Amino acid sequence: MEEEYAGGVEKKFIYINRRAPHGTVYALESLETVLIGAAFDQDVSMLFIDDGVYQLKKDQSTDSIEFKNFSKAFRALEMYDVEKLFVEAESLQERGLSEDDLLVDVELVKRGEVKDLIDQQDVVLSF
Amino acid sequence: MKFSILVNEGPYQHQASDSAYQFAKAALESGHEVQRVFFYHDGVNNGTNLTTPPQDDRHIQKRWSEMAESNKVDLVLCVAACQRRGIVDEGERDRNKKDATNVADGFRISGLGQLIEAAIESDRLVTFGD
Amino acid sequence: MSTLNIVNKSPFEKRSLDQCLSRIGSDDAVLLIEDAVVVAMAGTRYESDLKSAAAAKKLYVLTPDVEARGLADKPVVEGFTQVDYKGFVALVTEHDRVHSWL
Repeated sequence: MEEEYAGGVEKKFIYINRRAPHGTVYALESLETVLIGAAFDQDVSMLFIDDGVYQLKKDQSTDSIEFKNFSKAFRALEMYDVEKLFVEAESLQERGLSEDDLLVDVELVKRGEVKDLIDQQDVVLSF
Repeated sequence: MKFSILVNEGPYQHQASDSAYQFAKAALESGHEVQRVFFYHDGVNNGTNLTTPPQDDRHIQKRWSEMAESNKVDLVLCVAACQRRGIVDEGERDRNKKDATNVADGFRISGLGQLIEAAIESDRLVTFGD
Repeated sequence: MSTLNIVNKSPFEKRSLDQCLSRIGSDDAVLLIEDAVVVAMAGTRYESDLKSAAAAKKLYVLTPDVEARGLADKPVVEGFTQVDYKGFVALVTEHDRVHSWL
């Protein structure tokens, strides 16, 4: 159900993900929105902070809970021209994780840099 | 200013859809435009016309429908969220071979693109959720 | 460029207020709504934290949600400004974007 948008306006969108996957539907729906939104040719960034960093953990295996393993779709984001994936370093560190635990290449930002990143945006989407 | 609103939670369970309604009402009363309210996740349950809340309680769906009618607010229910939760309009009924419809007046079912479009066209997007 | 941050959870239950405050700047504002309003009242264990936050940032609390919870008889923490829904709308117009810390 892709929709074309011919409005000619380009805004800067940031999707802020702060929740772990699977326990609630929000992580999956955020990714769905990014994928649908790609058709609108907007400037898109994704930021993973707090428990949101778990969305990017590699080796997720959801067969036993009969959920779709949507984490694989993060690897496809490049094909949708969504290339700006930011992860807060402190959020990883607090959870005993490092960049090596993630399933895609990301850009690490420090907690003190999050405000600067958000200040560049027109629209913040959080679910 | 032109606002759009995102509602992520269903009625009666969480305050989010009430907060969204009170915000929309205040925005209209302040002379602003509310272009669209997009209902996502359990938020689509705001748009069923099969609810019968007790008489001494607020009627959340009716309030939205009345706002849509008197202020031309576009109330959009996310199609994928509706399909998962049994919110059905005539098109969905025919497509998925169901035997009833339950989309309330003033609401329409459409895609997530409507959320992105609203964010592009509005001056501000305000999200209410859990 | 400034952001209106909305928090709706009590810090006695969830950490979103802290998570918000640790990442915003002095030109940003925080509006407490729904269950988050409980922490705007003086006398909680978070009062001193919020007083220092209010010295650096603009903090607002939604009065209808305070009244609904029976807390209008308590003084608000020094530095908080009370707003109604129209005040909420005005805050949205005064900032460049809105971020709900869900």
